[in-house]
Amino acid sequence: MTENLPETTDGHHAGPVTVEEPIPNPGLPTHQWRPTDVDPKAEKRAERQVAALFGLAALGAIGFLVSYFVFEIGDQHQTDTIGNLGASNLMLGLCLAVLLLGMGAGLIQWARKLMADHEIVEMRHPAASSPEDREAAVAILQTGLEESGLGRRPLIRNSLLAAGGLLGLLPIVMLRDLGPLPGDKLYHTIWDMNTWTPAQQAWWATQHRTLQRVVRDVVGTPIKATDLEVGDLVNCEPEIHFATSPDGQPLMEGTALMQSKAKAAVILNRMLPGDIVSAQTQNWSVDGIVCYSKICTHVGCPISLNERTTHHLLCPCHQSTFDLADSGKVLFGPAARPLPQLDITVDDEGYLVARHDFDEPVGPSFWERG
Amino acid sequence: MRLLNRPLGRLSRHRRRPLAGLLVVLLGLLLTGGLYAVFSPAQASQDNSAAQIKQGRELFLAGCSFCHGQNGQGVKTLDGNQLGPPLIGVGAAAVDFQVGTGRMPAVQPGPQIPRKEVSYTPDEIAALAAFVASLGPGPAIPSPEDYSLAGLSDSELQQAVARGGQIFLSNCSACHNFEGSGGAMPKGGYAPRIRGVPAKYIYEAMLTGPQAMDNFSNGNLSPAEKRDVIAYLQSLQDNPDFGGFGLGGIGPVSEGMFAWLFGIGSLVGVATWIAAHTARTSKTKAEM
Amino acid sequence: MSLDTSKIADTNRGTPATAKKPNKAGAVAGWADDRLSLGTLTKAFARKVFPDHWSFMLGEIALWSFVVLLLTGVFLTFWFVPSMSESTYQGSYTQLRGVQMSDAYASTLHISFDVRGGLLVRQMHHWAAMLFIAAMFVHMMRTFVTGAFRKPRELNWIVGSLLLLLGILEGFAGYSLPDDLLSGTGMRIADGLIKATPVVGTYMSFFLFGGEFPGDVIIPRLYILHVLLIPGLLLALIGAHMLLLVFHKHTQWPGPGRTEKNVVGYPMLPVYAAKAGGFFFMVFGVTALMGALLSINPIWKYGPYDPSKVTAGSQPDWYMGIAEGLLRIMPNWETHIWGITISWNVMIPGQILPFVLFGMIIGWPFLEAWVTGDKREHHLLQRPRNAPTRTAFLAAMVTVYGLLWAAGGNDILATHFHWSLNSITYFMRAAVFILPAIVFYITRRWCIGLQRADNDRLLHGYETGIIMRSPEGAYSERHLPISEERAYTLTARQRDEVHELHPAVDENGVAAPGSRSDQIRARLSQAMFGDNVQKPTAQELEEARHHAEHTHELEAGLAHPASGHEFDDHNLRDAEDVPLRSH
Repeated sequence: MTENLPETTDGHHAGPVTVEEPIPNPGLPTHQWRPTDVDPKAEKRAERQVAALFGLAALGAIGFLVSYFVFEIGDQHQTDTIGNLGASNLMLGLCLAVLLLGMGAGLIQWARKLMADHEIVEMRHPAASSPEDREAAVAILQTGLEESGLGRRPLIRNSLLAAGGLLGLLPIVMLRDLGPLPGDKLYHTIWDMNTWTPAQQAWWATQHRTLQRVVRDVVGTPIKATDLEVGDLVNCEPEIHFATSPDGQPLMEGTALMQSKAKAAVILNRMLPGDIVSAQTQNWSVDGIVCYSKICTHVGCPISLNERTTHHLLCPCHQSTFDLADSGKVLFGPAARPLPQLDITVDDEGYLVARHDFDEPVGPSFWERG
Repeated sequence: MRLLNRPLGRLSRHRRRPLAGLLVVLLGLLLTGGLYAVFSPAQASQDNSAAQIKQGRELFLAGCSFCHGQNGQGVKTLDGNQLGPPLIGVGAAAVDFQVGTGRMPAVQPGPQIPRKEVSYTPDEIAALAAFVASLGPGPAIPSPEDYSLAGLSDSELQQAVARGGQIFLSNCSACHNFEGSGGAMPKGGYAPRIRGVPAKYIYEAMLTGPQAMDNFSNGNLSPAEKRDVIAYLQSLQDNPDFGGFGLGGIGPVSEGMFAWLFGIGSLVGVATWIAAHTARTSKTKAEM
Repeated sequence: MSLDTSKIADTNRGTPATAKKPNKAGAVAGWADDRLSLGTLTKAFARKVFPDHWSFMLGEIALWSFVVLLLTGVFLTFWFVPSMSESTYQGSYTQLRGVQMSDAYASTLHISFDVRGGLLVRQMHHWAAMLFIAAMFVHMMRTFVTGAFRKPRELNWIVGSLLLLLGILEGFAGYSLPDDLLSGTGMRIADGLIKATPVVGTYMSFFLFGGEFPGDVIIPRLYILHVLLIPGLLLALIGAHMLLLVFHKHTQWPGPGRTEKNVVGYPMLPVYAAKAGGFFFMVFGVTALMGALLSINPIWKYGPYDPSKVTAGSQPDWYMGIAEGLLRIMPNWETHIWGITISWNVMIPGQILPFVLFGMIIGWPFLEAWVTGDKREHHLLQRPRNAPTRTAFLAAMVTVYGLLWAAGGNDILATHFHWSLNSITYFMRAAVFILPAIVFYITRRWCIGLQRADNDRLLHGYETGIIMRSPEGAYSERHLPISEERAYTLTARQRDEVHELHPAVDENGVAAPGSRSDQIRARLSQAMFGDNVQKPTAQELEEARHHAEHTHELEAGLAHPASGHEFDDHNLRDAEDVPLRSH
């Protein structure tokens, strides 16, 4: 330690640094006046500037009110436009900006040009309390401790600690009902008909078929293998998502549908059968049509950016790339596991159907996945 | 507000009426795709098409055969790479798209051929298309009825737009982005920007899957569904910019740039102004 | 001058004499003062001094954006429905009519298309959020690079860091509320991050979402976090931040008359209040301007969230860009062992590295304090060049941040610059290690070079640009001494002390306690301060002055001596009534 640094033992009470100064401090320079301080003309001019800015702000406010009532909003036909911009949003915003910027600039200009601008000096004091205060504080705390008898009555202290600790436990326990336990939910998707509700089972009984069809997303129409040409990519869902009860009500909607989609969405891709590399992909395909989970194994984005020429499927979120011709193998990016493939075949009418559920959990990895 | 809006408004306001819509579609056809309708295989008479195929073959031999082979069989380089893919069975629609958008003839072979100025006249494109179509059965050039929105009533159009939006967000936005601004694909590839592309080419692109793009053949997306997608894209195009300039329509990245450059930039400028020393004078004030 | 006798009792009645009420305002003030001691408070704080410098106003941008967020946010809550119940949309946005969507999304559409000014306020709210976090970043960088975090302000550094973390969390919650395709995709990624947590990942995910993703409770839950819990915490911490600022008084730049023991600047009333108030309106105005002109988060184009849909260019808001970049460039490491899965590819970039990087910035002040052993208060700021290692560290961290941010937008870079997505990723994987090191080295040497240049100015004066030829034909440039104020300002800094190693064993041959950490400290001290250029001593300055006078004498003998002021306004300054510019 050199002498320039304070002793660490006294560190707590060390005040501000005293800087060794090879050049003496010349002190605050003398105040220099602004033109507005000495020249009445300049002062008047500044005053007018400030007033003009506030006046502009007032105009902005009026413009805002006018715009509010004048410009229509609504659909693309009703919305008034200026250029191609929505007129209401544009004019309300611009007028509000004029109002606020005018007020702001006026205030700042006022402070800069007209308010007294003598710099003043305030002294600092060390943040630490004085040694006397510290001693007094310690003494008070000591007195408090003694008068409460906290130190002398361990029974009271310990039982209080126990009660307080248990109190702290309650809110944690009460969070338990935030949600159900995972159970085996992540291991199955709606492709597995055993997971269906009785209503869904009842609907299925009316269909007189054995395997669930792969249907087009959005429109819900089933797909014949012969519908597809080489190079076709179809975004698909299980047909139960589109099933309706006899009175036309969808069997699945809202949260249940969302949760199911989040796991069961798939893509179909038809390639030349000769392009398929792995035996499993071959076995689970129909005439070069392969079906894969649409949920990325990295963190679960839906993934359908396919290159027809290479059968490489890219995730738009983090760019993991999978090979559809080769068991969904990871070619690039942060995903670690291949994309799960769905085993498909065709039913009696020639429609594509799933033979069974995915044989592994789809989507992002999790600890107990194995 | 109707009155006030007129002078400020845009031409497209008139376009929004159903009848005006039809007019504009017809006008658009004349201006862009125009003449091809006369030459489309469906309407061309038999002897006309024979002459056309002949003309197409001559053009093909001169401009395309180097990469695609004299009979459109495709050419491989010595190291086994595909120089130009075989064109047998790609159909007239593929030719109309590739040549009509200027992608073909390519300046140089590569994984992705960019869009550029069109090299052939509509006549020549039709002839090339007829020749390639004669090599093997493939999708024909779609007729305007396939993608025209003219015949739809207001409510039908509205339903088509809403359905098309959902189909678009399911099938297209993954590569081409939520408003068709385009996006990146592996290894330098990209999904091009599709805003403002004429309806015919959008339709043909879906039908034929140009270059690395997937097919959305009629067995995949029905013609009506393709038309819905086009209706949605068209309606996006007709939207005013409700909230101001679109910043490229590429999402939060450009928004972040603007927050820093414009927002923080201007506010730091204001802070500098606030703290800057004002002009000083060497005069002094008498009374102080 | 006459005495004011109104306050002097003139009767002996039981009621106290009071001042004659001059006006209503005075009466109200008096009433309030009787109860709140406002007079004392005003006396104590109304003339509080704030030093003036543009860089001291960066935190204010954050403060005022927060106020804008509160104002616009309250407006939005009047219409926003934080519910995931679904209904069929029949509102004004035709492209989505007939589409199933959550109430959260539908009400956001309603705000955008059916509430006049709703879209403007929504956009202002979003822009203000971006500015809030960006301003906290630049404020934090300013605080860091000038050493304003040193004693006694370490606690305020921690409070500020918590504000930044909470601000980011608040932003992410707000980004997720409209339940559009992008925000839903963001939640999906968050779900993937949570699921990757060892042992309890799936449980945390199921508890957070109230079941399987996406469930129907996450929006209401995020809503209450977004409008109550986190803003409450933010307000409390901002209060603490400001109280500590007032208590410690603001730091200031060294200069004539400005020392460690005082603070020089303008009083709270009226100048600072007007400037700060004006700045609030400017911040508010800039967000209004951005809301008017620049479209942000056009959720109607994204469509309602649907877990089977996605869009190219799925990005988070900029402040999450670093996490996004880390996720994108991370190699795909995953361990499958004993029937469990450890997702390094998600855990490291999503749960560990952001906090490590953040911890490095938070921890630096404490590392620096430990290495210097400095326990004194510091109120004078350091110029960035005078703490080369610290400045270089910040530059390196900014580089890492920028690279990761760019990596988070690699698809946008790929399409706009026609680069290969894969090449960008490979480049980034290496660049996040190599470039910061290069930037660190260059910045450090640059700072030290600037320190040398400062010393040259002190010892030899500044270069006037006037070349003189001696009778012998030798050319030299005329140097003139810098002003005394400038010279003082340059020397008003501490000398850096390099910590020297205590002997490992004391004189009795017994190992000194803590010698291991002492070694580390000595090595770090050498690395951090060893190469710094120290300011000249009084003696060196004296010698330099002698030398300068000697040269001057020699030059005085020339036929045409140059004063060195041929090209500046020096001669004008003695004239009357010429506007002066400060130097």
